[in-house]
Amino acid sequence: MAAPVAFFALFFAYPVVAIVGRGLKPGGTWQLGRIAEVLGDPDIRGVLWFTTWQAVASTVLTLLIALPAAYVFARLDFPGKQVLRAVVTVPFVLPTVVVGTAFLAMVGRGGLLDELWGVRLDTTVWAILLAHVFFNYAVVVRTVGGLWSQLDPRQEEAARVLGAGRFAAWRRVTLPALAPAVAAAALMVFLFTFTSFGVVQILGGPAFSTLEVEIYRQTATFLDLPTAAVLTLVQFAAVGAILAVHAWTVRRRETALKLVDPEQTSRRPRGAAQWALLGGVLATVLLLILLPLGVLVERSLDGPDGYGFLYYRALRGAVDGGGAFLVPPLEAVWNSLEYAVVATAIALVVGGLAAAALTRRAGRLVRGFDALLMLPLGVSAVTVGFGFLITLDKPPLDLRTSWILVPLAQALVGVPFVVRTMLPVLRAVDGRLREAAAVLGASPLRAWREVDLPLVRRALLVAAGFAFAVSLGEFGATVFIARPDNPTLPVAVARLLGRAGDLNYGQAMALSTILMVVCAVSLLVLERLRPARSVSGEF
Amino acid sequence: MTDFADRTGTGGPPVADAPPVADALLDLEGVTVRFGARPALDAVDLRVAAHEIVCVLGPSGSGKSTLLRVVAGLQTADAGRVLLDGADQVGVPVHRRGVGLMFQDHQLFPQRDVAGNVAFGLRMRGAGRTEQTLRVEELLELVGLPGAGRRAVATLSGGEQQRVALARALAPRPKLLMLDEPLGQLDRSLRERLVVELRQLFAQLGTTVLAVTHDQGEAFALADRVVVMCDGRIAQAGSPLDVWQRPASEFVARFLGFDNVVAATVSGEAADTVWGKVPVPAGSPQGAGRLLVRPAGVRLVPVADGLPCTVFARTFRGHHVAVQLRPADGGPRLEAECPLRDAPAEGADVGVAFAADEVVLLRE
Repeated sequence: MAAPVAFFALFFAYPVVAIVGRGLKPGGTWQLGRIAEVLGDPDIRGVLWFTTWQAVASTVLTLLIALPAAYVFARLDFPGKQVLRAVVTVPFVLPTVVVGTAFLAMVGRGGLLDELWGVRLDTTVWAILLAHVFFNYAVVVRTVGGLWSQLDPRQEEAARVLGAGRFAAWRRVTLPALAPAVAAAALMVFLFTFTSFGVVQILGGPAFSTLEVEIYRQTATFLDLPTAAVLTLVQFAAVGAILAVHAWTVRRRETALKLVDPEQTSRRPRGAAQWALLGGVLATVLLLILLPLGVLVERSLDGPDGYGFLYYRALRGAVDGGGAFLVPPLEAVWNSLEYAVVATAIALVVGGLAAAALTRRAGRLVRGFDALLMLPLGVSAVTVGFGFLITLDKPPLDLRTSWILVPLAQALVGVPFVVRTMLPVLRAVDGRLREAAAVLGASPLRAWREVDLPLVRRALLVAAGFAFAVSLGEFGATVFIARPDNPTLPVAVARLLGRAGDLNYGQAMALSTILMVVCAVSLLVLERLRPARSVSGEF
Repeated sequence: MTDFADRTGTGGPPVADAPPVADALLDLEGVTVRFGARPALDAVDLRVAAHEIVCVLGPSGSGKSTLLRVVAGLQTADAGRVLLDGADQVGVPVHRRGVGLMFQDHQLFPQRDVAGNVAFGLRMRGAGRTEQTLRVEELLELVGLPGAGRRAVATLSGGEQQRVALARALAPRPKLLMLDEPLGQLDRSLRERLVVELRQLFAQLGTTVLAVTHDQGEAFALADRVVVMCDGRIAQAGSPLDVWQRPASEFVARFLGFDNVVAATVSGEAADTVWGKVPVPAGSPQGAGRLLVRPAGVRLVPVADGLPCTVFARTFRGHHVAVQLRPADGGPRLEAECPLRDAPAEGADVGVAFAADEVVLLRE
């Protein structure tokens, strides 16, 4: 447990504390008056208000759209279900930059809707909300649907036999059992949308700004560290509260529910209502998930002289006049892959050790550590990135010019996924299997290798894939610390989008498509590896 | 006044566990294990001789599983010593003790096939591939599953899993084989058959066995010697026949299912009880104590000739009927064993007489 704690202390707590300290303690004295001053600023209040209400709206919208899908995936059998389940998960591992770009291609200037009906949404909040739903659809479908598929349908049947109507049985029996999962999913969606950065950055324009975007703006554009520090603290407090509630709901979810094999709870749709529901869900997936991705691909191919690989070829070209790139954008692909591999390795080691420690011990302290591990998901990535720059720049730890900085920041986001994936599987390994191996003559290390490792191998691969995809798409921190001559894919996309010209736009689409394909392929491979006896997923 | 407890050494059965033979393979000396304040094992002394089959019998929570875990090294003793072949096992880790343990729910490795499970212990000892293959075949033959090596563990029935677990435990030739509720999860007929097979197998291999169970039928059928445990202490140890015929204490008597226990004062060849005068075997210790009449010793006679009782329940037990009797003048209820055709109807009034050879005087 010491290694993960040290990792988090050095590469998470220290940079964040340092940058907050620098903001609030210029010249060595605390200036807490800044807090009130910043919070009193009407512009900042506007940002806070917008951040909160768009998160609430996104969460409600996501639940409304995704809950029927959770039911369909849990209880109905239809051909192609496995593939579709993987497909709806793709957006979740997509980099926010890609999601933003895809929606821009659909609803932005010169986008699909603009061409067809002259409708543009990129200056409205709807683009942001829809992108958030797109992004978090899978969170609800997997968290709620996963539990739903394992609820014993005979519970509902028992209620029916006792005289409850179909709806009453659902409301009285299934819904209460499902409620903690719905709450947990809603909180995760709220967390992700509350701290949304890439999507808002690309789709929001100057009109809309979330806390995270504002932190970025204050830090990078105005160099106003005190304001950024206060905003970081505000976001930290909010995220802490959300995670506390989340941990509470998760614990409630663990209360003894009689779970059954999901294989046995689903059957083919019957009756008009179920077919209509299935149709509706399929249509939603088509419009909401597949269409934006399709449009993205289409735009990347749609050059000035008709369809072709012009933009892809342009990616290979070096400096294109603007000077934003010192290297051909295509090199960003290799940079990204290298960084992501290293970040995945770090995340696996740190997360694996943390999960192992959490499995072996129990108690309040360990639960606190468990919640702590989730913090990097919510704490401002911009702050972490900037914190890296100002803290890891002097001996004994001078990493500012080192390439390892980027993978370290990315691993930070990957660790929570590794822990979440490994923990249920490790906890499910019966301790007496280890004892059986020991009695048969296996030393503790040998027992771990012979018993634990084979059982968790698949979970380990799944965790690795998640960490890989997340590292690949990390944007908030990387945008600060990636050096100009070594951009990652999302950073390169953002740079291209930030500049005028069809060629840049087309290249952004092409690069996003490449990123999407890499993420989607790694996820689809994982979906095949998913443990047969899968524990209901957290994400 | 003499108490029954003082009769140790007067010709009765041994009340403590005396070593039956000199060369003990396993020797526990004053082993104590505490979970919090509660002792799971309380100064337990136990010796198991080579080639002996000892069965520890007790209700759940009596500490019998802890006993096995201490011997295996999965649990450290708070006090006392564990000696295997005369060597103190303190500090010897589980995997170097060379004992075998068959877990209650088998704990077969799910990711390995049958052969992989059986060969596991051999692999840990660095046995060669050929040796492994031969030994696995030999053991699967022995437990009655020839050719099952390639089967997945998940496809085995409960009885088959039990056999594989046994083969896995036996494969490395442990000096002591320990079984935790070996047949607990199996249905009755399978259990009865396997108990016979196990006893034959262990006799044939000369294995030293320490088993624990809560099922007295299993213990009596399997063991050379039975050790009854109560609250972390050994309540009685002896041959199955001995324990069955002369339970040492009220706890053992009741655990074996004998409930005709009453306070008694012995003088001469009879004892005074609330059931009236009960004849006792010749040479019984004198004085106050408790007394057991086994159901076979409760004879039904005409009302006038014995203790007047009312029949309030009858239970069919196969070759006899258990008749529950309520004495007319109060006192604990009695159970009598009646031949099928002579059993009185419920509500009938009968008289009861006692047979001295089915009367046992208990400690405490």
